[in-house]
Amino acid sequence: MNDPETTHLVEVQINGERYERAVQARELLVHFIRDTLALKGTHIGCDTGNCGACTVLVDGQPMKSCMMLAVQADGLSLETVESLSPAGEELSDLQKAFNDQHAVQCGWCTPGMLMQAKALLERDPDPDVETIRRTLKGNICRCTGYVNIVRAVQQAAGQDVSAGIQQEARA
Amino acid sequence: MSVQDAAAPTKAASTIGTPVRRVEDKRLLQGQGTFSDDVWMKRMGYVHFVRSPHAHARIGDIDVARAEAMEGVYATLTGAEVEAMTEPFMQIAPEPGSRMEDYALAVGKVRFVGEPVVAVLAETRALARDAAEAVEVEYELLEAVVDSLATLSPTAPVLHETIGKNIGYQDTYAWGDIDWALEHADHVVSIDKLHFHRFSSTPLECNAAVVNWDRGTDVIEVRSNNQMPQFAAMFISPAIGMPTSKLHFVSQDIGGAFGLKITSYPTIAACMLLSRKAGRPVKWTEYRSEAVTASAHGNERTFTDIKVPVMADGTILGFDVKAYDDAGAFMRYEPLGGVIWSQVAPGCYRLKHLRVEYTQVLTNKCPCGPNRGYSRLQHLWMIERIVDIVAHELGFDPVELRKKNYPQADEYPYETPNGCFYDSGDLPRMLDLGLELADYDGWRTRQAELKESGGGKRIGIGIGSTLDSGTNNFGQARLVNEHLPFSGNGEAAHVKLDLYGEIAVNLGSSPQGQGHETTAAQTVGEILGVAPTDIHVKAGYDTASHAYVGFSGTYASQFAVTGLGAAIGAAEKLRDEIRLVAATALGATPDEIELADGVAGVRGDEERAIPFIGIANLVYTNVAALPPEVADAVSLNCRYVYRPPFEIPDIETKTGELTLTYAAQIHVAVVEIDEETGHTEILKYVAIDECGRRINPQIVEGQVHGAAAHGIGAALHESFVYDEESGQLLSGNFYDYHAATAVDVPLLLTGEIECPSPRSPNGAKGMGEGGGAPLSTLCAAFQDALGAGGAVVTDTHNPSERVWRLLRERSDAPRPVEVVSR
Ligand code: FES
Ligand code: FES
Repeated sequence: MNDPETTHLVEVQINGERYERAVQARELLVHFIRDTLALKGTHIGCDTGNCGACTVLVDGQPMKSCMMLAVQADGLSLETVESLSPAGEELSDLQKAFNDQHAVQCGWCTPGMLMQAKALLERDPDPDVETIRRTLKGNICRCTGYVNIVRAVQQAAGQDVSAGIQQEARA
Repeated sequence: MSVQDAAAPTKAASTIGTPVRRVEDKRLLQGQGTFSDDVWMKRMGYVHFVRSPHAHARIGDIDVARAEAMEGVYATLTGAEVEAMTEPFMQIAPEPGSRMEDYALAVGKVRFVGEPVVAVLAETRALARDAAEAVEVEYELLEAVVDSLATLSPTAPVLHETIGKNIGYQDTYAWGDIDWALEHADHVVSIDKLHFHRFSSTPLECNAAVVNWDRGTDVIEVRSNNQMPQFAAMFISPAIGMPTSKLHFVSQDIGGAFGLKITSYPTIAACMLLSRKAGRPVKWTEYRSEAVTASAHGNERTFTDIKVPVMADGTILGFDVKAYDDAGAFMRYEPLGGVIWSQVAPGCYRLKHLRVEYTQVLTNKCPCGPNRGYSRLQHLWMIERIVDIVAHELGFDPVELRKKNYPQADEYPYETPNGCFYDSGDLPRMLDLGLELADYDGWRTRQAELKESGGGKRIGIGIGSTLDSGTNNFGQARLVNEHLPFSGNGEAAHVKLDLYGEIAVNLGSSPQGQGHETTAAQTVGEILGVAPTDIHVKAGYDTASHAYVGFSGTYASQFAVTGLGAAIGAAEKLRDEIRLVAATALGATPDEIELADGVAGVRGDEERAIPFIGIANLVYTNVAALPPEVADAVSLNCRYVYRPPFEIPDIETKTGELTLTYAAQIHVAVVEIDEETGHTEILKYVAIDECGRRINPQIVEGQVHGAAAHGIGAALHESFVYDEESGQLLSGNFYDYHAATAVDVPLLLTGEIECPSPRSPNGAKGMGEGGGAPLSTLCAAFQDALGAGGAVVTDTHNPSERVWRLLRERSDAPRPVEVVSR
């Protein structure tokens, strides 16, 4: 099935490591990451580009890796969930916040949520609750109802985590 | 047996009731979980299913030649082959539903859009998909029926010729004397029709499995995310003619399930056949659109001819109703839902006279699976609508009417008319707490002001009260089919001291995000006197190494009772063995030994102690040093099966203890409706939960959030709508289905009260499913906004468009509600 007509050589940097592989023209980036490189942390939750489980950072920007072809990543630099605390290392502040706030249940949305949240905090280190919710709109979680994920992002931003809820309460 | 009893022989500070951080999080946060699709095997092929594009058709010729000729295609499997190789899956239903023939692939006919017809195995995902495209299937189109009531018409097309009509199960459940009540009540409120729509909690991970038949041992290994592997094994084994001992199910991490991953067994069976045929491991990863179209949906239910007798003081006596539950094209877990609703027969109320004529219909739609809140949420929603409509029609205050009809705190355990026991609770107190947290009075004032000032917005305030019955007595299966040899329930756990004194636990459950590793560690740790972090609870589930019973698994809100009940029993056994060995080694009696921080010592004598590693040494590698009677009495491998104290229910009267525990939910919502567009904004959402003793309050709160989000999403957005003519699913992918996002779910406030269960081993109640409270709550809020004499909310699903229509209902339109007073 490796037809040279439809196969291309791509070179990508993922989590600081360089990979050069032949990929099929039609191969999705997310399948390349998972099936070819066996980086299993990035997940797939849909086939319409609206769940965000596959979110990775491409040159620092959050992208849904199911909405990109592997060939489009040629020459680019990617970060996946595996980069957040490399093997053996402790959880990063953001990951720790997810643990503290119980923002993880099944863990399927989690890698995408973390990457989206990381990008947000890099852009806006002190986002308000509405910004957090709007930013996470493209990342579906079926387990947590989002409340604790919002709290986790607030904790990672050094905010009072009850602020969001109280803000609602004042509405 | 209780955790408190263990306090004497152990000293560690208890973590029960504290928010211990989840131990499973680290791997999940680092991308190091192992889910089914994370398993790759050598020589593995990928399966793709050719699925029916039609809702109802006869299958003609199937031509797989072109697909099989493609380079890299390993094998194909057709319905005809499946029919030759297997028996139809067993059916739970009695006659005539039992005559349904359900196979791993469609045989003879297709009965819903997306039904798997042919399986193709190939070297890559993409190639399998290409090859599936090359399979040619001839169909002879048949008329389809998707409406739950139209399917009962004598002229409706019949789905299953062996049954001869579109009814899978039918029975009447009656307790008390509803005819007497309707005759003697001061008012009778009649409601024409209520409709509970079809939706699903759509776990974010789709179904998946890596299935490998080992030719040498004839064992089939299944690394899947099926959430009730024993149930799957019991269905698959007789169908494919393999002993259950050779069906080796393994799961580690599962990306959510919500009941919907119970009925994945037909597809897993297809993968088994394909693996055997091709002599290769088979990977199946469902695409989301396949999951949405053809995995499992939640049950739709239509209630008609509802009659409610009410006394002048607001006492509601009961109800009479016809319920039409729509199972879709195949029964699978059904008709268990045909009795499971009766675990909460009178809902949250002291209703005495009940009659439900229950019919499970078959239509050309996706089969159902037991979706979160299964079968009870439909029934509970109907009751909440009844109470709410009664309040509006007869002019009672919806708060006071509820409080009047709830069982009062001193009435627990409260016996329902069908012999179930609501074990503990205090609904009036929960409601008060909910109203207080929601600032109910403040919102009533705001609502009145807004009414004065106009401005195109309306506020509605709604209350929903529901129950989450947990730990099923499977004896209730006999109420739908008296020949089913099912009763009771159970769960197993295994706790051992490993070679160097480490504590290892394995569970019979196959969790999907509920934090079992954490709560089991808390539970076992307390009994053995060590911190939860020093206990290794094995991740996931494996039939080759884990203890299990026939009802093992994670479903039906039971782990806190059955799973932890088993863990308590096994840990206590191990504790007693450790004490016996320590007493022998230290020249003391077992009751003088206490366990703390991994050491067994004589109470009050710090000098005489032996660490767990020493205990393990004596039993495993130094056994001749023990007196034979002690060596023979211990294994340090302790298996325990927790068995809830159930009896077989009475089939004649349909009464008995059907579930052990009853968690309760009271939700309060404030919505603001834009009169011009019908757009709804949730201004305030409060969820009060009561689930007995909380092992880990943070995990409990997480479940409350998740269940609330599912209900809110379903109430406002999510719906499976089928085209009446073609039987096509109109919301057939995740985009159209619109699973609730972070902007759709409000940042809800939670509150709780704790009424420990007198029935469970640890005072806990199963929880997590919730009772679908948001569906009731939001309907009540819409009803409140519409006001007395306005349109009546009769559907669970109220997106902007339906709200807009309700607001515009003409005052002379025929009302679906009638009140007769005497
Ligand atoms: S898998 Fe990429 S958005 Fe869903
Ligand atoms: S934790 Fe399960 S989908 Fe988010």
